[in-house]
Amino acid sequence: MKILNQLPQEQPASAAEDPKRIGPAELDPVDVAMLRSRLEEELGSEGGADKVWRSLEELSGDPDFDELVQREFPRYAPQDWQDGVSRRGFVQLAGASLGLAGLTACTRQPRERIVPYVEQPENLVPGKPLFYATAMAIAGYGIGVIAESQMGRPTKLGGNPGHPWTEGATGVFIQGETLNLYDPDRAQSLTRGDRILPWDAFSAELTPTLQAIESLGGAGLALMTPAITSPTTKAQIDAVRQRFPEVRWVQYEPVHRDAFYEGSKIAFGEPLEVRYDFTKADIVLSLDSDFLAAGPGALRYARDFSARRRIVEGAEMNRLYVVESTPTETGSAADHRAPGSSAEIADFAKAVAAKLGVPGVVAGEPHGELASWVDAVASDLQAHRGSSVVIAGESAEPGLQALAHAMNGALGNLGETVTGSDPVVAELSMQGEDLAQLVREMRDGKIAALFALDCNPVYDAPADLDFASALERVALKVQVGMYQDETADKCDWQVAKSHALEAWGDVRSMDGTLSIVQPLIEPLYQTRTIDEVLSLVAGRPSSDYDLVRATWQGELGDSFEDAWRKTLHDGFLEGSAEAVKSLIVDDTAVSEESKAIGGHGEGLELQLMPDGGVFDGRFANNGWLMELPRSINKITWDNAAIIAPSTAEEAGFKTNDVVSVSMGDHSIDLPVWVQPGQAAGTVTVHLGFGRERAGRVGNGVGANAYHLRDSKHPWRHHGVELARTGRQRKLATTQTHFNLDQQDEQASRRHLIRHGTLEKYKKDPHFVEHMGHHVPEDSSMFKDWEYTSYKWGMVVDLSSCTGCNACIISCQAENNIPVVGYEQVLNGREMHWLRIDRYYNGDLDNPKIHHQPVSCMQCERAPCELVCPVGATVHDEEGINTMVYNRCIGTRYCSNNCPYKVRRFNFLKYNDTKTPVLKLARNPNVSVRMRGVMEKCTYCIQRINYARIEAKKEDRRIRDGEVRTACEEACPADCVAFGDLNDPESRVSQWRAHDTNYELLHELNVAPRTTYLAKITNPNPALVGDAEQDHGAH
Amino acid sequence: MALLEVDVQNKESLGKPLFIDPSETPESIKAHVSGVIFGRTYLWWVVALGMSFSVLSVLGFALTWLLIKGVGIWGVNVPVAWGFAIINFVWWIGIGHAGTLISAILLLLRQEWRTSINRFAEAMTLFAVSCAGIFPIFHTGRPWLAFWMLPYPNSMQLWPQFRSPLIWDVFAVSTYFTISIVFWFVGLIPDLATLRDRATNPVIARIYGIFALGWRGAADHWNNYERAYLLLAGLSTPLVLSVHSVVSFDFAVAQLPGWHATIFPPYFVAGAIYAGFAMVLTLMIPLRAIFNLHAYITQRHLENMGKVMLVTGLIVGYGYITEVFMAWYSGNVFERYMMYNRIFGPYWWAFWALILCNIAAPQLMWIKRCRTSVFWLFFTSQFVNVGMWLERFVIVVVSLHREFLVSSWGSYMGTRWDWALFIGTMGLFASLTFIFIRILPALAMTEIQAISAEGKKVAHH
Repeated sequence: MKILNQLPQEQPASAAEDPKRIGPAELDPVDVAMLRSRLEEELGSEGGADKVWRSLEELSGDPDFDELVQREFPRYAPQDWQDGVSRRGFVQLAGASLGLAGLTACTRQPRERIVPYVEQPENLVPGKPLFYATAMAIAGYGIGVIAESQMGRPTKLGGNPGHPWTEGATGVFIQGETLNLYDPDRAQSLTRGDRILPWDAFSAELTPTLQAIESLGGAGLALMTPAITSPTTKAQIDAVRQRFPEVRWVQYEPVHRDAFYEGSKIAFGEPLEVRYDFTKADIVLSLDSDFLAAGPGALRYARDFSARRRIVEGAEMNRLYVVESTPTETGSAADHRAPGSSAEIADFAKAVAAKLGVPGVVAGEPHGELASWVDAVASDLQAHRGSSVVIAGESAEPGLQALAHAMNGALGNLGETVTGSDPVVAELSMQGEDLAQLVREMRDGKIAALFALDCNPVYDAPADLDFASALERVALKVQVGMYQDETADKCDWQVAKSHALEAWGDVRSMDGTLSIVQPLIEPLYQTRTIDEVLSLVAGRPSSDYDLVRATWQGELGDSFEDAWRKTLHDGFLEGSAEAVKSLIVDDTAVSEESKAIGGHGEGLELQLMPDGGVFDGRFANNGWLMELPRSINKITWDNAAIIAPSTAEEAGFKTNDVVSVSMGDHSIDLPVWVQPGQAAGTVTVHLGFGRERAGRVGNGVGANAYHLRDSKHPWRHHGVELARTGRQRKLATTQTHFNLDQQDEQASRRHLIRHGTLEKYKKDPHFVEHMGHHVPEDSSMFKDWEYTSYKWGMVVDLSSCTGCNACIISCQAENNIPVVGYEQVLNGREMHWLRIDRYYNGDLDNPKIHHQPVSCMQCERAPCELVCPVGATVHDEEGINTMVYNRCIGTRYCSNNCPYKVRRFNFLKYNDTKTPVLKLARNPNVSVRMRGVMEKCTYCIQRINYARIEAKKEDRRIRDGEVRTACEEACPADCVAFGDLNDPESRVSQWRAHDTNYELLHELNVAPRTTYLAKITNPNPALVGDAEQDHGAH
Repeated sequence: MALLEVDVQNKESLGKPLFIDPSETPESIKAHVSGVIFGRTYLWWVVALGMSFSVLSVLGFALTWLLIKGVGIWGVNVPVAWGFAIINFVWWIGIGHAGTLISAILLLLRQEWRTSINRFAEAMTLFAVSCAGIFPIFHTGRPWLAFWMLPYPNSMQLWPQFRSPLIWDVFAVSTYFTISIVFWFVGLIPDLATLRDRATNPVIARIYGIFALGWRGAADHWNNYERAYLLLAGLSTPLVLSVHSVVSFDFAVAQLPGWHATIFPPYFVAGAIYAGFAMVLTLMIPLRAIFNLHAYITQRHLENMGKVMLVTGLIVGYGYITEVFMAWYSGNVFERYMMYNRIFGPYWWAFWALILCNIAAPQLMWIKRCRTSVFWLFFTSQFVNVGMWLERFVIVVVSLHREFLVSSWGSYMGTRWDWALFIGTMGLFASLTFIFIRILPALAMTEIQAISAEGKKVAHH
């Protein structure tokens, strides 16, 4: 299954030719016996046990050691290399690097030797991708993926439809993983300080230290890992524990789920992995939960929830109430949404809980809009006993989460729409507390050796812990990571970590389903997995493959090979999900805990959240994710202090004003973002920015919100202060953010987003048609082309789109779309072929938020084709408006005449064609566009052609669903239908025939092939005064 | 010289100022005009040419950097994919209109006053079109492939896409340039012969001689010459109307609100003539003072140009009013918002400055005192030069920046490289002009001779 050494010759060569890189070489071994005796001497002396030593040479006191290393290996300064090119410089360099592009067109290509295979490897046909099932972990939880391999290079990840938990859904992080693999800034070898060393040197130095620690029973040894669900990693940790019984193991995810487990512990007496079944939920109440976008369940929840929104497929529509502080994707999908601070949310929750009869809960007194909600929401929930869900955010107070569980209990939802099992993490721990404890021990000098495995606590530990200063007191510091990051910088050793696409591993997803992580490529660099490092620490060094096999031998038992191969093939182990437990709510505990929640703190409330692009900071060097327009505000390349319009008015702040955000002694400078729909009195700041050692993309972007984080209040904290600095920082958004009322009015008048209520739709199924202007059928002067074979088309269902952005990154990965940088985005030059337009509608303090994915509509009467002077954009006989990149001279007239503004122009040389490793990331079936050329979506024509070849071989037509565009494939909400409009049975034809189908800018009569299904919402008639005005119905 | 025959007596009897000082003789005219060329080199000319050249070098710099980096050095983006380059292109082309109008249409209409200014205006046309021509080529993403817009036989068997107005542009502008340069050259032949005859340096005489094409002033020469000249005038006339009509198609054929309007062709042509006359005034007034050409470029010339400006300015104003009216009358949400945004949106200043420059300022031309005052004419023409540039800014940028999809609204501002290229073309224009006035007769000697009092006598006999 593993493809080894099948790369074209240039790729391994890039590593071998680099003079900075070295292979294992003989190193005159340090006299270990001498070291050992010296160490024993030291330990034996007075206070010797406490004596810390930092390195072998210090210990050996041998000055030659250092010299030897330097003589043997030329100086290698990863720091210079990483920081030598600033982000701004990167874009400049990208622009300058081609130089006189015109001249290069005339130069002769460099001479290369092409050596044909003597024996063609089986299944490996150039241009024909191979697909492998594997799994990727995000914050510890696995997502089933199918990886596409082009000549041994993984280039694209798609969801694994068979996977029992994720069911083929993927999100932005998964889609961005291929770029992480090929990130040129990755750590590439084992380094000590700024020197590259062979693996042997590492183990040689480690061995005596570990032996010394072993003799102390493991005291002073600490392991830091992210949340571990991997059985193999757990097995290695167990082995380490066996050798070092007193080892401290701390799992720490900056986006940890402590509150979630605490909440379930209060409600059910033990920490549980609570899961929701949104396919069965008719009524959903979300209490500050962004369940469609955040947390390990998000992909599945989005899939299930959206299935209940697709009335085009006969779904019986559910109803969603959301109370939240900052608008999220879940909020934008809601039928009723209200902003609220944590106190307001808690008051509302208690009021509803009291109405629902949760024993012992004292009803809160919600104000304003929320007060009018209580009865309606409670009765709506009560009318759907057993088929409703009350879900609280994973970062909400444990008491609130427990209260939500209790409400589900009162509604009889437990066991129906709400299930629970033992936590999927290999060993549950309260991560925040554990980290704080570890830091205390470090500061007290109790930790002699720290292994920070795949984590970056120097950057992402809460500010009050001051991890960096505590780390200085640790004698031996080893970091294993993908980057020479902030923590690696402060450690003695850094072990470059393998990417999940180049090493063996395993992982469990939120329901417990086990997957083997199989590599698709030999490690690009001299990297190791954390399993390998742990096995070394445990004293039984082994390879990743052997370690995983050994673990799974226990898992699969007899007929191991067959089961192993089947699991690899399927991408998951069938029936490995955690057993469901019966849930019984402990009402006393809940009522006790619920008293304390929502305590009104003083001053502004700070809310910290993981970012929708860079997450907790781990993806900060991923250009795709950094430049991803965030779902609601469309900001790229920055985080901001997000405040409500009313808060901004009071304080006199405007968007782009830089303010100093301070929490206690810590403060960071952030530009203000005035967010319609934000709860008054709250400030939301996203984590993951302000990296110092992320790499050329992420360094210095935004501000580090971990500086505001308190280990006791990791998510929300009162008393944050904003102070004017007098400076301005223009946030690079992909949608303008001024005159929102005018934009709203114009968007409504133009019927861009057509929406209406379910009630209205039932009364008048054709109401969508009546919006906008009627254009008579044959109103074109020319006869339309007749399509005799295929007639491709796409329909996007706005009712189920959650605006999650997965399609954007998927499209970017599939179509080799470049990243352009902050300045270029600011200048309106982002290159995304697919964008998600966001419209606000109504009240500034609580608008409705609509998402509308827009890519090239492949107009039948395309205005762009008419005006191109060289015929570089033409229709093909299947209706696709194709781009002939080689023919384009770049007049940009097509873009001016495109009413949808979906064409993207290479104003500068945006594609990095120089960096060797990035060449591996490209999809070979899509041209890499040069400077001065227009580009746009072509319905993934390369995929159509691939399917066509397959179909022709079998002498049949392409089947419906056989071609899945990158956006369609990635969509967790399954809101995109693509296919042949000539086939009346195809999904796209059926969607298009639906009553709610409409063309964007229909009155222009350009006959777009991509159409939309109007956004149908299902508001509660009892709350209809709650402003269900159909602006789109004018 | 029947063609150029004018009833000087009649005009005099009406008490209007003359188009030429009656005391001027053909010899004095020759001496005066060629004196500019063969006389001493003035320091100011050297300085002025030097300054023009340094500005021209900005053009070289701007184009080099453009080729190295790409059009991304400019302010263009999505949605505003056209910016300064297209604005400047249309602006320069517009300026280039006066020359042909004066040369051809006024010739056909027997407006004898044109003779004093036509040579210069024609030269200005050529230089302006040269400046204009730079933009459409270099504004493309890959200018080295701009020749793909020409229909030439090639191994790929590819033709341009003839439905595109840009292709029409290629033909319209190149035809215009070709006809203009031939027209100009044919008009120059007798004067080049005069210069050949008057040159004292044999090398210079030889050079003028080559270009004079053996002109001897024989009767059959004159006969052929006048036929050719008339023919070319006939050919040029439709071009005056067609070039800017075709340029306006770049916009009118697109479906963008603010572009898609049937009024564009006449409105653009009027605007072009308007701009062209303003530029002629801008250049002629200082030139007249420097070379003491009051005898040939009289107050009546200036006044007539002022009148043309007033008329064309009113047509342009009518165009604006029609646009506003149609936007409202159409009831079309996109058109209405476009106009609202043009007047009150973020670029309101451009619109109102445009109204001030193009509508308000030229109203001064109603007043005879202003119309006959060198100062006020120069003052007004400056307003029109700026105003016409702003007009194209409003059409190109303001229409593009907020159009159909609200989500795609954006903004635009020229960068320093946009300005560098624009100013650089001014350097090109100025350099060509200064070289021109030193090596070629800025006034059409033979034609002026024909309308001088003595010349008339000769012609009558």
